[in-house]
Amino acid sequence: MDSVAVIGASLAGLRAIETLRRDGFEGRIHLVGAERHRPYDRPPLSKQILAGDWETERIWLTSDEALSDLGCEPLFGVSAVALDPETLQVDLSTGDALDVDGVVIATGARTRTLGDPLGGVFTLRTVDDAQSIAAAFDQGPDRVVVIGAGFIGAEVASTARERGIAVTMIEAAQTPFERSLGTEMGAVIVDMHRDQGVDVRVGVTCEELIGEQNVTGVRLSDGSVIDATVVVVGIGVTPNIEWLVTSGLDITNGVLCDATMLAAPRIVAAGDVARWPNRLFDEVMRVEHWDNATGQAVHAAKRLLHGSSVGEYAPVPWFWTDQYDRKIQLAGRTTGFDEVIVVEGAVEDRRFAALYRKADRLVGVLGFNRPRHVMRYRGLIESRTSWSDAMAAQF
Amino acid sequence: MSFKVVVDYDLCESNAICMQIAPEVFEVRDDDFLYVLADEPEETQREKVEEAVQRCPKQAIAIAEA
Ligand SMILES: Cc1cc2nc3c(=O)[nH]c(=O)nc-3n(C[C@H](O)[C@H](O)[C@H](O)COP(=O)(O)OP(=O)(O)OC[C@H]3O[C@@H](n4cnc5c(N)ncnc54)[C@H](O)[C@@H]3O)c2cc1C
Ligand code: SF4
Repeated sequence: MDSVAVIGASLAGLRAIETLRRDGFEGRIHLVGAERHRPYDRPPLSKQILAGDWETERIWLTSDEALSDLGCEPLFGVSAVALDPETLQVDLSTGDALDVDGVVIATGARTRTLGDPLGGVFTLRTVDDAQSIAAAFDQGPDRVVVIGAGFIGAEVASTARERGIAVTMIEAAQTPFERSLGTEMGAVIVDMHRDQGVDVRVGVTCEELIGEQNVTGVRLSDGSVIDATVVVVGIGVTPNIEWLVTSGLDITNGVLCDATMLAAPRIVAAGDVARWPNRLFDEVMRVEHWDNATGQAVHAAKRLLHGSSVGEYAPVPWFWTDQYDRKIQLAGRTTGFDEVIVVEGAVEDRRFAALYRKADRLVGVLGFNRPRHVMRYRGLIESRTSWSDAMAAQF
Repeated sequence: MSFKVVVDYDLCESNAICMQIAPEVFEVRDDDFLYVLADEPEETQREKVEEAVQRCPKQAIAIAEA
């Protein structure tokens, strides 16, 4: 292998390049990124950047010098528009093409939107989005409406409240976070927001964004209207796979890989765009978390370089979200769990760890300000610990 | 050439990711604080510390060449 193209210049793409070099790859590396920025970190966007606590300078994941030390040839503001899996030719939006011996697909995901945007209606994925929302917050709006109580929406609500802005958060489901945490634990987060003065409305959807050019309010499915000049839509993301439609790869809800992160011979994928069978949970999954993008990129790069001897990628997915003064973390796979039990601390204090059981196995752990416990139990999930052994464990 | 491990404790949230990668260098104790066990580790630890720098979700670890 003499040359590699890494498509997508964010967390997964960068970590893949760093790994290729650390493991001794000396060939050419092309880095193609649709955004005009060098790789930066997204988690601070909804937290420190929106809060106005950090200068943008602090989110860069790398410097120009570090990139040139890695010997990679970056093309920022350029998109890949097609991939031929036979010849490994990558067509670019500039009309040029790259001919390489290996490809890392790391094109991530983008936010879903509610159709034509009015002024004052935002989604949050990029640093440009974050700066626009921060500027809107700086105007001191009377109220911000957050549509969709996912983790990003909840972080936006939290940051807005900390800046003293009134917030209404609306969610279609009866219990926000039900899918990821279950009803009981989802309610803990909702209560936290209500205690901080967020007007949380559940079981309603946005019928209409009212306004001519700029938004003035939101009409909900229950007929009520909320006046607001700033609306942040947080209704999830969709993987960036359109550039691969002609490739013949399976791109249903992400780029399908085998258990080692190989999508096709000499093509690997990693990060928010990748779907793969995680043998630890016997489930084909796509994970939209920071830690996965990092770990999966390391694995995918090694797979490309060393072949199948690197083995399967079967991690315990893990993420954190910071809301108000709480650091919330979830490790494992809680879909369809049977029971959740608090094993440490107290829910009332919002400082606790709770375990999730599915059949007779420990499958998940949720922590509120309990990072050490989450990591210990994560280890138990990884070693397929039985429920009774997990309940008996002392940390 | 030796190197130094520098942790920004304002950023660190004690999630112990670094400890899983380089337990000889990082330890999160029962008090939930991170302790750097060796702030000028052996050269043999460099790769692991580099990996910890990359895996730390809070970008709280840096390497300084001593
Ligand atoms: C506001 C926010 C807060 C977050 N907070 C947390 C958190 O607290 N905890 C957590 O675990 N995770 C968090 N995440 C998720 C985390 O940031 C993502 O999982 C991570 O960014 C995924 O990295 P990636 O490299 O796979 O994809 P992305 O970061 O999506 O990057 C993909 C890149 O590829 C580019 N691209 C797309 N198509 C093409 C193309 N055809 N050609 C070239 N380039 C292309 C895109 O423009 C983009 O720059 C957060 C995300 C956001 C947006
Ligand atoms: S990985 Fe980073 S945030 Fe976690 S304990 Fe180590 S230094 Fe702190």
